[in-house]
Amino acid sequence: MSKAVSELNGARYAGLAEVADAGLRGMITLRGDLDSAVLKSAVQAATGAGMPGIGRISVAADGAVAWMSPDELLLLVPYEEAGAKLAALQAALAGEHALAVNVSDARTYLRLSGEGAREVLAKVSPVDLDPAAFGPGQFRRSRLAQVAGAFWMEEDGSFGIICFRSVGEYVFKLLKTAAHPQSKVGVY
Amino acid sequence: MLILECPYCGVKAEETELAAGGEAHLKRYGPGSSDDEFHDYLFMRENPKGVHFERWRHANGCGKWFHAARCTMTLEVFGTYPAQTTEPPQEICDKITAKRPGWSWREFSDGRKSSAA
Repeated sequence: MSKAVSELNGARYAGLAEVADAGLRGMITLRGDLDSAVLKSAVQAATGAGMPGIGRISVAADGAVAWMSPDELLLLVPYEEAGAKLAALQAALAGEHALAVNVSDARTYLRLSGEGAREVLAKVSPVDLDPAAFGPGQFRRSRLAQVAGAFWMEEDGSFGIICFRSVGEYVFKLLKTAAHPQSKVGVY
Repeated sequence: MLILECPYCGVKAEETELAAGGEAHLKRYGPGSSDDEFHDYLFMRENPKGVHFERWRHANGCGKWFHAARCTMTLEVFGTYPAQTTEPPQEICDKITAKRPGWSWREFSDGRKSSAA
């Protein structure tokens, strides 16, 4: 079995904010009826986190659930456990109109932290990142310059960023440029 | 810059996050229809100066299709509503009527559907 390596392989850059490869993360895309009690308890069992509200992420000790669309969730679990969690999820959802797929290796997971994190992200995304409009626990699928991406804010003010693995390097370089020390705008 | 609120995720999305999907509420004519009906369905589109109904997709977001009622002249947005409907909801029509009395678009007008429809 080959050793799994994240696409950016630990790359990091410190400027206005610190951009870092957040390593491998187990991710399961789940589509189905989000009001279903069976689905809710299966999600709870897989991640330890409850159902998130619209546009939010609920975080537990080693898992998280993000609201992707009215019929889609993204489950974050430890990378090594993704296969087992998926099997358990599919067993729990037997008979439900739902679909769960392990997408861990299709994604790149980055972390953006530090003072300038809001500003750096705001430069590349059309999202209002004012502290009043975007706070911890909020999750947003949007656009990172030219590619699709999703991000959320942690309690400590850092951002988790997810994009497709194929554009991971693009997103890293994009954030790196946006975090250049001489490019401070000072909006937030 | 056009800003539409996605009725599914509540996000006020700006134009670059959305994909335009053309005119809304097209009635589809397929096998069994006359050539004229099929021609009109395929090619005849409204090109109004004023009230217009369109389909949009929240492409860089929740990925859902929705409808938007807006003014092509002022870019004013009257409202957005889910795609699972064949006609604009009364509430949207009322909003348009309040701002553009006497409006009409295809078979919809002024808050009431015309009898010709």
